[in-house]
Amino acid sequence: MSGTAGGRLVRLAETGREPVRFLLDGVEQTALVGDTVLTAILTNAPALRQAEFGPERRAGFCLMGACQDCWIWQEQGPRLRACSTPLADGMRLLTRTREDWP
Amino acid sequence: MTAPTEPRVVIVGAGPAGIRAAETLAAAGLCPTVIDEGARAGGQIYRRPPDGFTRPPATLYGSQAGKAVALHAAFDGLVAAGRIVQLPRHSVVALADGTLHAVGDGGSRRIGYDRLILATGATDRLAPLPGWQAPGVYSLGAMQIALKAQGVAMGRRIVLAGSGPLLTLLATQLLKAGAQIAAVLDTAGMRGQIAAFPDLAVRPSFALQGLAMRARLGRLYHAGIGLEGIEATETGVTAVRWTDAGGRSRRTACDAVGLGWHLKAETQLADLAGCRFDYDETWAQWLPRADLMGRAGEGVYLAGDGLRLLGADGAEVAGRLAAAACLSDLGLPGPDVAADLKRLGRLERFARGIARAFPWPADQVRALPDDTVLCRCEGITAGAVRETASYGGAEANRVKSLGRAGMGRCQGRYCQLAAADLIAATGGLAHAGEVGRLRAQAPVRPAPIRALLEEE
Repeated sequence: MSGTAGGRLVRLAETGREPVRFLLDGVEQTALVGDTVLTAILTNAPALRQAEFGPERRAGFCLMGACQDCWIWQEQGPRLRACSTPLADGMRLLTRTREDWP
Repeated sequence: MTAPTEPRVVIVGAGPAGIRAAETLAAAGLCPTVIDEGARAGGQIYRRPPDGFTRPPATLYGSQAGKAVALHAAFDGLVAAGRIVQLPRHSVVALADGTLHAVGDGGSRRIGYDRLILATGATDRLAPLPGWQAPGVYSLGAMQIALKAQGVAMGRRIVLAGSGPLLTLLATQLLKAGAQIAAVLDTAGMRGQIAAFPDLAVRPSFALQGLAMRARLGRLYHAGIGLEGIEATETGVTAVRWTDAGGRSRRTACDAVGLGWHLKAETQLADLAGCRFDYDETWAQWLPRADLMGRAGEGVYLAGDGLRLLGADGAEVAGRLAAAACLSDLGLPGPDVAADLKRLGRLERFARGIARAFPWPADQVRALPDDTVLCRCEGITAGAVRETASYGGAEANRVKSLGRAGMGRCQGRYCQLAAADLIAATGGLAHAGEVGRLRAQAPVRPAPIRALLEEE
């Protein structure tokens, strides 16, 4: 069993869960109930965000809330730490900084 | 709930140390509050997947499934019986003068305490590599959490590199789950591993399990290698460049890299609580000072990997000991600790053997090219740290103030040990302990301003 084309992660187990829909950069995507936001995004995309201090994209690092690499934006404003936030139905997630943010 | 006259004991961390501490206090009639970042108790080592996941404990925890199930059941039973108070999904971000601040989704709350048991565990200990900021590079612990708690592999073709027990364990777990491993690259040489064997043999079943796992890896495993760097494109990792034990240059194509050199104690809260620290040569890091029971200051007790890197079994022992010390200091009867103190000695000998067999790669760090990103948070390079140390002085907090190494949002958790080696080398100092220890600063986790403004 593998992730969707373009995704970084590969699902090896627990694939019988119900689907959850969310928006990633405005495009509807699907993940599974119980996924973290990090899992949901990276089964659909290669990275979570743009680094602020370098040219590279970032895709998380420690997955235990210690490195703070996986903070991403939501369309409505508040940011969240992707590795420790459970995905919720209808989340509107961004892999880019909101353009109206000063 | 605790009556107002009863001592208020707070435990931070619900891994094996925190769970056993809570259980010991509850057995003596106290009702401690246990604060943890996880949704369910277990810590990282015995982390439980969310509801609706179906793999049995034997699949998740292997030979340690019995211990995991026992810990989960003990904790959940105490919560259900109202004998302990659980505050899940909360980070303790600050503490002072008998009050701590815990931040969760619902905001921040202040919690007063008379006694504090810190069981904050550890993170992976990381050494930077050229290219390690690329998407697709993860800590070894991250890859294990992803497999255990989400059922995913972090790539389609994975290289694991570094050293320590987790390197071999994770490789076998990923293979068993169906992931593709391209290579397992251990910077520790065979000679050092064999030299440590007398210490490792004090826990023969663990030592033999390790050897059996190593044997299953077969030709994927390479000891005594040198890591040169990680190649990547915009979309992520493409290869790891390394030299084998014979000095030959090698390149292994992959789309994910797991890195880690054993563990680094998570000590920020102990620092804020006023604990003293000593540089430990064996574990090559600063560790808090405590007595054998875990007493580390007035009303402050430490247990688990945040105190000494003894692993999960050692954490259970240390959790019971810290709680026993707390009870004793309160003048309350506690359990007999003789057997646990004896266990602690054996576990410490084994753990020091592990630390010597799989050492921190100081030479690799000191040889990093100047353009290597040292701090992943802010992209500060090895060259910038060397330059700052040469004009600002070979002291860790000065280099942080002047050059920001350790000031990013992970607060130096993943760069400070490597930075210390670079600073020491620049200053002509023999070892990293001589450059001093980065002081912890509150908040020890990023907290939204909103959470602090809307405090209960």
